[in-house]
Amino acid sequence: MIAPTFDADRHWRLHPQVAVRPEPFGALLYHFGTRKLSFLKNRTIVEVINSLSDHPDARSACRAAGIEDGDQAPYFHALGVLVQSQMLIADPGETP
Amino acid sequence: MTLAAPVPRLVDQFERGLDAPICLTWELTYACNLSCVHCLSSSGKRDPRELSTQQCKDIIDELERMQVFYVNIGGGEPTVRSDFWELVDYATEHHVGVKFSTNGVRITPEVAAKLAASDYVDVQISLDGATAEVNDAVRGPGSFAMAVRALENLKAAGFKDAKISVVVTRHNIDQLDDFKALADTYGATLRITRLRPSGRGADVWDELHPTPAQQVQLYDWLVAHGERVLTGDSFFHLSGLGEPGALAGLNLCGAGRVVCLIDPVGDVYACPFAIHDKFLAGNVLSDGGFDTVWKHSELFRELREPQSAGACSGCGHYDACRGGCMAAKFFTGLPMDGPDPECVQGYGEPALALDRDKPRSSVDHSRSGGRTPKGPIPLTLLSAPPKKFCNESPV
Repeated sequence: MIAPTFDADRHWRLHPQVAVRPEPFGALLYHFGTRKLSFLKNRTIVEVINSLSDHPDARSACRAAGIEDGDQAPYFHALGVLVQSQMLIADPGETP
Repeated sequence: MTLAAPVPRLVDQFERGLDAPICLTWELTYACNLSCVHCLSSSGKRDPRELSTQQCKDIIDELERMQVFYVNIGGGEPTVRSDFWELVDYATEHHVGVKFSTNGVRITPEVAAKLAASDYVDVQISLDGATAEVNDAVRGPGSFAMAVRALENLKAAGFKDAKISVVVTRHNIDQLDDFKALADTYGATLRITRLRPSGRGADVWDELHPTPAQQVQLYDWLVAHGERVLTGDSFFHLSGLGEPGALAGLNLCGAGRVVCLIDPVGDVYACPFAIHDKFLAGNVLSDGGFDTVWKHSELFRELREPQSAGACSGCGHYDACRGGCMAAKFFTGLPMDGPDPECVQGYGEPALALDRDKPRSSVDHSRSGGRTPKGPIPLTLLSAPPKKFCNESPV
């Protein structure tokens, strides 16, 4: 399966088989389908991940978490990695 | 992933411990139909105090609350528990994935079909030789045929991506390519792990552990094939042989920090290779449940403190191997703040040559008299395993 490319202007959400476990450093993500574990290394990215589905696109989710536009690049990179590993999926109701 | 804000390395975070283990091993019974010479839990006979079905389910409920994503179930031979499949189903229904290790004794075509239908169960078949000769010398007569039959049944049922789990020894290290080929034959993934001097392994470690030259051979093989081979991150003592990061995986001892063991009577140990009073953190029945033991036991608190490099503090490779495996040092009678017995810089060998007092575990469920010469101990269903699957009468 080829994962789609991350696009900050699309609506993303956690894969339904992914669980998020809060930890002092951030969180652990586990995908029950792929059996892959990922680490979120700060609380801000955890907030972004958990609120993705409430926002029309990833960019506004980052803004809502207090990340200014100029500081969003590393967060977009992180989200891109999670899209590649199928932790995040594009909202199926949305057509690109 | 890397974020711009400076964050401590993940390894440093892990050394301080997590709110729940990532990798929890749960041994369901000390009963086993085999008597492997290196059994790290000295299994054989069932312990009369083993947890009841309800007690096991209570632990699963707790693991679900703690968001322990999956458990590695082992033993003993876990599938000989009459409630084994009930517990597997209960765990997966409660969002606790299961990977279980088995010698294959109960992986019949019917069981294989049931397993193939589940998305949340992984199966790991233990095999310590790519040929019956090498395997059976360690695991007992007939055990190679039994494991291969289980793999055949899984493949025939359409079970995807079984694991073949190999403990690397002096005698099978030249078979790594053969193991890989065997795994490919069954659409399986090869998993290789380190021989520990734990349990009965203490009795055979001197003869079975890979030689220094073989450690290098193993390291080179892992660097060349590591991406498609699982290791349970168990070879971190080899990290000093090359560039940092050349070995895939997290290279640190996770004992009491990210891993632990629940044994068949509910005792919680720092890791699966450390069944000894010194590494006993508490008991899930008498010490307030698993969550309490994990978060508050004195032993685990100590393990989450910064550890002393001791005799290794002057070594330039300490940051790579962090002194190696705690259990390997302990059960070979080496100091805990010194080199690993298989230290790749060669500091282990002189330490092993000194007078050592090897600690024995008080937990031993080995059958008296050792292994029977005729092969696996028949439990209920199986006598001697058939040479080929087709040799077994279908009626």
